[in-house]
Amino acid sequence: MTATAETMTAATALTRTGTPRPTSSRLSVVTTERRHVPKRSVKPDPTAHLSAAQVEALGRELDALRQQVFDSRDERDAAYIRTVIAWQRGLEMGSRAVLLFSLFPPAWVLGTVGLSVAKILENMEIGHNVMHGQWDWMRDPKIHSQAWEWDNASPSELWKHSHNELHHTFTNVLGRDNDLGYGIMRVDEDQRWYPAYLLQPLWNFINMCVFEYGIAAYDLEIGKHMATKTMDDPELREGTKKVLRKIRGQVTKDYVVHPLLSGPSFLHTLGANAVANLVRNVWTHSVIMCGHFPEGVETFAKHSIEGETRGEWYLRQMLGSANIRGSKAMHLMTGNLSHQVEHHLFPDMPSNRYGTIAPQIQEICERYELTYVTGTLQQQVSSAWKQVVKLSLPNGTTPRAAAAGLARGAAAGLRRRVRPA
Amino acid sequence: MVFLTSTSRSRVQQALRPTGDALARLAEAVATPLVPSDYLDLVAPLRAGADLRGRVVDVVPETRDAATVLIRPGRSWRRHLPGQYVRLGVDVDGVRHWRAYSLTSPVRRPDGLVSITVKAIPDGKVSSHVVRALRPGTLVQLDQATGDFVLGAHRGPTLFVTAGSGITPVMGMIRNHLDELDDVVLVHSAPGADDVVFGAELRALHAEGRLRLVERHTDTDGVVSPSQLDDLVPDWRDREAWACGPTGLLDAFEEHWAAAGLADQLHTERFRPVVITAAEGGTVTFARTGTVVEADGATTLLDAGEAAGVLMPSGCRMGICFGCVLPLREGAVRDLRSGELTTAVPEDGIRIQTCVSAAAGPCDIDL
Repeated sequence: MTATAETMTAATALTRTGTPRPTSSRLSVVTTERRHVPKRSVKPDPTAHLSAAQVEALGRELDALRQQVFDSRDERDAAYIRTVIAWQRGLEMGSRAVLLFSLFPPAWVLGTVGLSVAKILENMEIGHNVMHGQWDWMRDPKIHSQAWEWDNASPSELWKHSHNELHHTFTNVLGRDNDLGYGIMRVDEDQRWYPAYLLQPLWNFINMCVFEYGIAAYDLEIGKHMATKTMDDPELREGTKKVLRKIRGQVTKDYVVHPLLSGPSFLHTLGANAVANLVRNVWTHSVIMCGHFPEGVETFAKHSIEGETRGEWYLRQMLGSANIRGSKAMHLMTGNLSHQVEHHLFPDMPSNRYGTIAPQIQEICERYELTYVTGTLQQQVSSAWKQVVKLSLPNGTTPRAAAAGLARGAAAGLRRRVRPA
Repeated sequence: MVFLTSTSRSRVQQALRPTGDALARLAEAVATPLVPSDYLDLVAPLRAGADLRGRVVDVVPETRDAATVLIRPGRSWRRHLPGQYVRLGVDVDGVRHWRAYSLTSPVRRPDGLVSITVKAIPDGKVSSHVVRALRPGTLVQLDQATGDFVLGAHRGPTLFVTAGSGITPVMGMIRNHLDELDDVVLVHSAPGADDVVFGAELRALHAEGRLRLVERHTDTDGVVSPSQLDDLVPDWRDREAWACGPTGLLDAFEEHWAAAGLADQLHTERFRPVVITAAEGGTVTFARTGTVVEADGATTLLDAGEAAGVLMPSGCRMGICFGCVLPLREGAVRDLRSGELTTAVPEDGIRIQTCVSAAAGPCDIDL
């Protein structure tokens, strides 16, 4: 650590218009006061027991842990990601080769399973993590956040903005982090309820099945543009062009070129590719739901992050994320997002290291009396779905009361129809 | 066997071109969003048309701190001229580093291999790795050979003045052209007899009378100085000269030749990479926008650039989103979180996060 980082808080820079603008307070761990901005629900502050000094100490401890891992990155880490990439590409091409004969049921099954796994690995352990800059330190121009393009409807450039920048900076901040329900769902009691949310279990199911396209629409912020009637925004038009170009390439590959190459197996290969994409959509959607939606994950008031220090930022990341417990294979297939807490603390740490620091992070949470949310995949998926169902209703409403209310409302509506005022 | 005349061959090529283009487009459609070479590189990294790479075939110790690395270059390798160097990209502790090394092999080796000879310099991360840890089978990145420290059309009386690993480009010339040169004198300096890279080979050439070797051991005899040339090589003025070694030695010889009005007759090769010394803050140049700004050691490059009116890419402003990454063409920066120093020279292709990096000396940012 140098002293220079500490002096950053006081530093200001001039924008082009000449007005002073404070540089990011999160570059400093120095924490001198505790503040809490309550949410509408007035839920208690989960960090109320910590003093400013403790938050600062926590920040320094996590900084030191990060530095320790970053200093120890070496050729074994590099070999890890290169091996995963090589295996993934081999599996993908191998599966596609098998699918050339997908007319034969065993070839169809084998190829579809292989391609599904390859597509999942490509998005999760490789694409997501490379685009986070986890492997930039190798200085390999190909395995680099600025160069990577992934097998997904959303172009990497758009995704990096909405995911790396918005979601990872404003994690679980109400009104700032659009990942909280992706703008189509209510996943926290502090989000306002609208009748449209009644159908959110259905939205969530549909979104799960077409997840990559959901992500692309989400990265374009189509919802926001529709709400603010700015669909003619030139940036949106430019982004849409990029997305459509990307989708065209993806669709041509999976639903035209490879099926055509399969000749008489055309339809079988087309089906296999559709199934592989569906499997990946369902899997990634489920894993990602487990990251922030399960019961016990905290959200934060919009204005709570003003002047946030790095220690406070770390706190928010730990409390706003949930892990998945399971086997090594499961961790690999989730792209180590099963270590969501560790990933959110250190988004640019090589993913193969999350598992090794997890016990230390858990110990830190215990020592600072912070909740470390974790559970098996089954537990977390069902917890997240339960939240989606529960929060489709206004706070404190049972399904029975909601059904009764709906019946009354519908009946009232019907009555109004029959007897115009 | 069918022999095609050059015209008919080009006609065939022309006829095949549309097919080739269609195949290339098909391969691209199959591989998207990657490119076909991403897959081909896994199985045939040395094929024609691939980014230039090489595979280490052997590492042969020359002295206690120098070794010759035999490399099979990729198919795209173009033949080098003796005396030229090649930029070698090698991964040390998982991080890619680029260094330039002289080619020491005969140009037309029957097995098609090329060699570089590397001396491990103290604290030299890359040279030490190449000499002590590089293993046969390793893939390395290469650039085409380059450099103008070559004999050209010269075939007359020749003087080589070298010190330490400065012998390496000259060895390339000697191995390829010794018999075509009239009369060769090599004045070589090394700490002791055992430290002379290619010592046995040079002494054998001397014994056979194919060149005159003046071996100078600096541990006992001190560093060779230009004033001693009159004794060592009385006819040095009549010779075309090539010198390679430490900067101090080259400066002294260049002065000497210039003083004698013979500057044109001396060719030098400077080996030591640009040494970048770290400082607190520095002058930041945004080359493409033509903006130059003074930044202190506590101001991020992002803030410094914005304050100067440069339209900087930015994101989280805390080092996590990689939305502000820009190429550092040349210079040194310090990570404000860890104090870690990153230095870059042109062509290293080093990219930095401007939101957590401050200038640690002059910086040239590619924006």
